[in-house]
Amino acid sequence: MQYLLLLHSNEAGWAQLTPEQQEQGAAAYMAYGEALRKAGVFLGSNRLRPSANATTVRIVNGKTQVLDGPYVDSKEQVGGYYLIDVKDLDAALSWAARCPGASHGVIEVRPVWQMS
Amino acid sequence: MTLPEGDDARRTADAVARRSYGKLVAFLAARTRDVTAAEDALSEAFASALADWPVNGCPRNPEGWLLTVARRKLIDGVRRRQTGDVVSAQLQILSEGLEDAAEQAERDMELPDKRLALLFACAHPAIEAGIRAPLMLQVVLGLDGEKIASAFLVSPAAMRKRLSRAKEKIQQAGIPFSVPDRQELPERLDTVLSAIYAGFAEGWTDPSGTDAIRRDLTDEAIFLARLVVELLPQEAEALGLLALMLYAEARRSARRNAAGEYVPLAEQDPTLWNATMIDEAESLLLQASKLEAIGRYQLEAALQSAHTCRRIKGRNNWAEVVQLYDALGTLTDSPVVAINRALAIAEVDGPEAARDALRDIAADERITQYQPYWAARAELLSKTGAYDEAHQAYDMAIGLERDPVVREFLQKRQASLKRH
Repeated sequence: MQYLLLLHSNEAGWAQLTPEQQEQGAAAYMAYGEALRKAGVFLGSNRLRPSANATTVRIVNGKTQVLDGPYVDSKEQVGGYYLIDVKDLDAALSWAARCPGASHGVIEVRPVWQMS
Repeated sequence: MTLPEGDDARRTADAVARRSYGKLVAFLAARTRDVTAAEDALSEAFASALADWPVNGCPRNPEGWLLTVARRKLIDGVRRRQTGDVVSAQLQILSEGLEDAAEQAERDMELPDKRLALLFACAHPAIEAGIRAPLMLQVVLGLDGEKIASAFLVSPAAMRKRLSRAKEKIQQAGIPFSVPDRQELPERLDTVLSAIYAGFAEGWTDPSGTDAIRRDLTDEAIFLARLVVELLPQEAEALGLLALMLYAEARRSARRNAAGEYVPLAEQDPTLWNATMIDEAESLLLQASKLEAIGRYQLEAALQSAHTCRRIKGRNNWAEVVQLYDALGTLTDSPVVAINRALAIAEVDGPEAARDALRDIAADERITQYQPYWAARAELLSKTGAYDEAHQAYDMAIGLERDPVVREFLQKRQASLKRH
């Protein structure tokens, strides 16, 4: 089954780290991605730019409305994702727990709605 | 009679829950094998206690009080759920014995302890292996489902479903509430012990001990092992398991330094180890060895003893350690044992010999996602000067680790490779 691991974290956190800590943090994510690939469960992943760069679009009463910023205005924002293919939810949770993001934020594990 | 504060009542209820929960569930469920109904009745009884005790004072015999109330709730429950013949049959089963026992308990007589039978039911071979430890923690100790789910890294909804399915199976499949006879006992006891150890291992994976849920789990596992030892004092492997867990638990606080960094066993300060626990473990192990029935838990405890002894007395005993791993390897066929054996071989015969030993187990599929394998491999490779390969192995270990502090430790080790 495919699962999307959504990484939510405090966006201000990264800037508060020393360059050395940032390097260590980035390396941990690299290693995590490598472990996912070697295990044959990796489908895709991306890091997102900060939510200040987000734009939302909706159509209200037939008119488009475009707003600056993320949909939900909160300190915690989605900062990236991993798409994985594993046997079941237990396996997805065990990979989520290994994600470096789990120790400085929250990993939301969402099963993908597979179209047959 | 003095009226205790609500807090007192709660404390008494908590203490009784801790001491008697499993005893009461075991007793209530023994006849009907309906664990869920027993748990529900008992939790209603605890709720009544919290309402009643602050007002009327804590009863002289809280256990008997709870049993009487729970028994009443159990009978009410059957009346509500069933009709006709079924109800009278069930009620008859319930009222036989339960009434006498409740009266006995109220008269301060000891409630017959059926917890061992309950443990054997929870760890019955017909119950799926992965749910045995959670089931014991819930049914015998009363841990709530959410706490168990977090500790075992399973979704709370899934854990609830698995637990209730297992309880249903106990009832529907007619899993007996009894201690197996002598012939069957060793094998059946092994499933009980391995479920307890699985609970302990889950708790152990939080080396900092900052996660209260996980820390509690090691306490609960030790509590269960003590219970088995108390009820089956002549079983060498039960003694061995308790000794093993006490050795490990004794080192808990030494696994972190003042800065909160991970400290591996070889670098821990033995003065930080809990000497009382180590002494108890040593004497349990001695007691077990006198029973002359060697097994994996005693061997693992003996290994813990060897590691402890080496660090405290400064005696090089690696050859002995390798021998113990050899013995353990023939008993368990566990890749984990093979990894630790390789690391011990490195101390005796050098890193090349160890690397060869590790190569033999690389084909085992179970270990490719097992962090300690990659950490061991990285360490051995770096000792033989294969820095690039070591670097890659560290990457795998880092990527598979879930404790951020251990991850940082591995990253430091990896970074130190660059200096070569």
